[in-house]
Amino acid sequence: MKISLHVNSRPVEAEVEPRLLLVHFLRERLRLTGTHIGCDTSQCGACTVHLDGCAVKSCTLLAVQADGCEVITIEGLAPEGTLHPLQAAFQEHHALQCGFCTPGIVMVAHGLLGRDSAPGEAEIRAALEGNRCRCTGYQNIVDAIRCACERVREGT
Amino acid sequence: MSAGPPAAPVGARLPRLEDPRLVSGRGCFVDDLQLPGMLHLDILRSPHAHARIHAIDAAAARALPGVAAVYTGTGLAQFLRVLPSAGGMEGFNAPEHHALAIERVRFVGEGVAAVLATDRYVARDARELIRVSYEVLPAVADPEAALAPDAPLLHEALGTNRAFEMRIGSDVREALERAAHVVRGRFVNQRIVPNTMETRGAVAHFEPWDERLTVWLSTQAPHLMRREFARFLAFPEHRLRVIAPDVGGAFGAKNNPYAEELLAAALALKHRAPVKWIEERQEHMLVTSHARAQTVELHAGVREDGTLLALHYRLVADMGAYYHAITHIGPMMTAALMTGAYRIPYAATDIVSVFTNTTPTDPYRGFGRAEAAYFIERTMDLIARELGLDAVELRRRNLIRRDEFPFATPTGHVHESGDFQLCLERALERFDYEGARREQARLRATGRCIGIGLTTHAWRAGFPSVPGGKGYVISGWEKTSVSIDPGGTVRAVIGTSPHGQGIVTTTAQIVAGELRIAPRDVRIIHGDTDAVTQGNGTMGSRSLVVGGSATLLAARQLRDKAVRLAAHLLRVPAERVTLEAGVFSDCGDPARRVTLAAVAAHAFAGPQDLPEGLEPGLEATAFFEAPNFTSCFGTHACVVEVEPQTGEVRILRYVAVDDIGRAINPMIVEGQLHGGLAQGIGQALMEEASYDAAGQPLAASFLDYATPRATDLPRFEVELTETPSTVNPLGARGIGEAGTVAAPPAVVNAVLDALAPLGVRHLDMPLTPHKVWRAIREADA
Repeated sequence: MKISLHVNSRPVEAEVEPRLLLVHFLRERLRLTGTHIGCDTSQCGACTVHLDGCAVKSCTLLAVQADGCEVITIEGLAPEGTLHPLQAAFQEHHALQCGFCTPGIVMVAHGLLGRDSAPGEAEIRAALEGNRCRCTGYQNIVDAIRCACERVREGT
Repeated sequence: MSAGPPAAPVGARLPRLEDPRLVSGRGCFVDDLQLPGMLHLDILRSPHAHARIHAIDAAAARALPGVAAVYTGTGLAQFLRVLPSAGGMEGFNAPEHHALAIERVRFVGEGVAAVLATDRYVARDARELIRVSYEVLPAVADPEAALAPDAPLLHEALGTNRAFEMRIGSDVREALERAAHVVRGRFVNQRIVPNTMETRGAVAHFEPWDERLTVWLSTQAPHLMRREFARFLAFPEHRLRVIAPDVGGAFGAKNNPYAEELLAAALALKHRAPVKWIEERQEHMLVTSHARAQTVELHAGVREDGTLLALHYRLVADMGAYYHAITHIGPMMTAALMTGAYRIPYAATDIVSVFTNTTPTDPYRGFGRAEAAYFIERTMDLIARELGLDAVELRRRNLIRRDEFPFATPTGHVHESGDFQLCLERALERFDYEGARREQARLRATGRCIGIGLTTHAWRAGFPSVPGGKGYVISGWEKTSVSIDPGGTVRAVIGTSPHGQGIVTTTAQIVAGELRIAPRDVRIIHGDTDAVTQGNGTMGSRSLVVGGSATLLAARQLRDKAVRLAAHLLRVPAERVTLEAGVFSDCGDPARRVTLAAVAAHAFAGPQDLPEGLEPGLEATAFFEAPNFTSCFGTHACVVEVEPQTGEVRILRYVAVDDIGRAINPMIVEGQLHGGLAQGIGQALMEEASYDAAGQPLAASFLDYATPRATDLPRFEVELTETPSTVNPLGARGIGEAGTVAAPPAVVNAVLDALAPLGVRHLDMPLTPHKVWRAIREADA
């Protein structure tokens, strides 16, 4: 099937098998390998991307479902060579260790940032319910997200 | 080299140098690799715990367009050896383990057939077309049941399900007989799944022009894998290159040369094409090493005053269906550390290791030591309760005192140094133990179910070399080379293989500290056996303790040579040369200076103008092996609330005080503690790789295996003490496993303290709402 969509603001056209998962399309056809696969049951959230502004699990969508949509992946969050305030806060707060779950968590946090400019600890933890991290114990992730929200709110 | 380094890189909370790539999605994990002409490997797995394979029909799979080959165990046995393992030590029963099952499968998930295809979807299609005819056999998943005389035999050639038996420790019988009290118990440290967020994976590529095989592997020990892959493939080790790219967590589970990984390499050689294998999460749950799976029956002999006289364990250790790399070491480590942080004159463990129709077990963060800490810390609470003593007071009476080190235990471990009371007193103060007990009493009076639990744990890190069976050596040394090239680039080539521990940053901090430069100006090379000729990898909290010590020694050697060169260039004695901010100067005349970069350039300019006897170049290599494990210790205290209506446990407060010896980067140390605590709390409350009686796994995906989510965990209050270790030049102790060692007993002790008024004496992990609710109901009845 032929699909056309925007990925990280660039137009993309491709011929795909109907059963091709969006995550495989992004990783293997477009070589956007920052979106990871951590499970096969939509539990871990490592594959989270934005589809028309909503954080979605790209392992649970077919590529054809993204036809006509705007997809943003972790690679599209900030201009090449720069860090989005969220990404910078993750580094400052030691919010990643192995880094495998990180892109998905950053994308979820980015969605939260769009909805709530001053989330509290409980809201941040609840927003992360669909993501699993095995390294950090989440505390520094929570702190990084809170810090990034503050900075974005204050426009710094 | 940039000027203006921080005053002291060592001890700074420096943000990690690893992070910018990883936070922006520019890491490179194994599955990110795509090579031209690459074939995808997929494995058909046994749905039965124990069965005879009568026939495998792969005709339809082979006929599918895009399928390059289908292999079975019998076919592979014509050109492949048995899988490597250290489990064949003298006197041990060691079953043969093949890359794919031959004639018989012994656990659910064991590989039965392998498909190679041009595309991962086609490989999966082909896998589904393979028909296997099985004769299902009786299975045994419970290790105690496997010891029964009429239990189904896994390995008929061995004639028994016993893997090995061993006694570690002193004579205890007489001491137990004369003890005023003997406390008995039975504790299970349940089977769990490591669940790294990146599953395992391999890409293997044979380059015919120079006859070299390269394997990109999600591993924590590339050099160990190079050796074992070479042996398994009968391929010259010097033509084999193993690369650990970015690795998404390992926790001990990526330490074993696994069947699928070896198979990918073997088939890349055979087919002269790159082969990729990526583990699915469900496969991870079924075939990546499980962990823990130990049960003890204990007898603790206690004097009238509450001091321990003797401790005996009968330890049943579940090996799973086969040995993985170092499966057998777990129970031996547990036995060696059974006395924990306490002075117990007589102690012994009788180990019975058993094969069952389950996934093989192997290390997971805290291997052997987490089990030991859980057993002894639960034992201490049980004793306190039976003697009517406060849990803290009992520990105070039994802790090894700071003037007793080095302290040899009856089970052959020597605590090299420590200050157990320091952590205990700091934790009690921070936690406000007395206040917490008063608050508990107040809330209990209002009907709330509050518990307080603590541990005064002691474990060990940074192992020295240990003998292995069948040449499977486990070496304890580590190696670092530090160099400065003529252009001024500082490099450290390290033999550890970090995958989240922040070792790139801490290594840079150590080198920068010695050379007085900025950590960001130190380039760290790791994980590629072509660039790093030797090393032993990252495991057992050794990377900083052992590897960091090698780095320190190499950087010092390098600095000494650079100082000699600088003195030569400045025409002053070496004693007058100081080094600050990457510049050497004459302390008598600070205006006379030469940069480290200029010294490096000079070192390579040729032998004409070098001090007598000094070789050209600026490079130093150091090997370091510690004479003993480091002693690691701490005190954790937590408050939990149990909701009696649902059995749900909430952790209200968690305080961890651990001694790090010396913190190179306290931020990273705290992060290591946080992560370990999360895993430890996961084991205490949620995680279990359970099987039914027929050997069917009951938790084989994230749908039914619960690892902690952000909403499941409290904020951690972490504090570090620094009592230098005596067995390495850094003075570091290791922290990677503290959380998984300490959190399970701290949390379980707290929950059982909460349930104590109901008369609940013990519950085995995980303390799920259902288990707790049922215990409350039964206590009521």
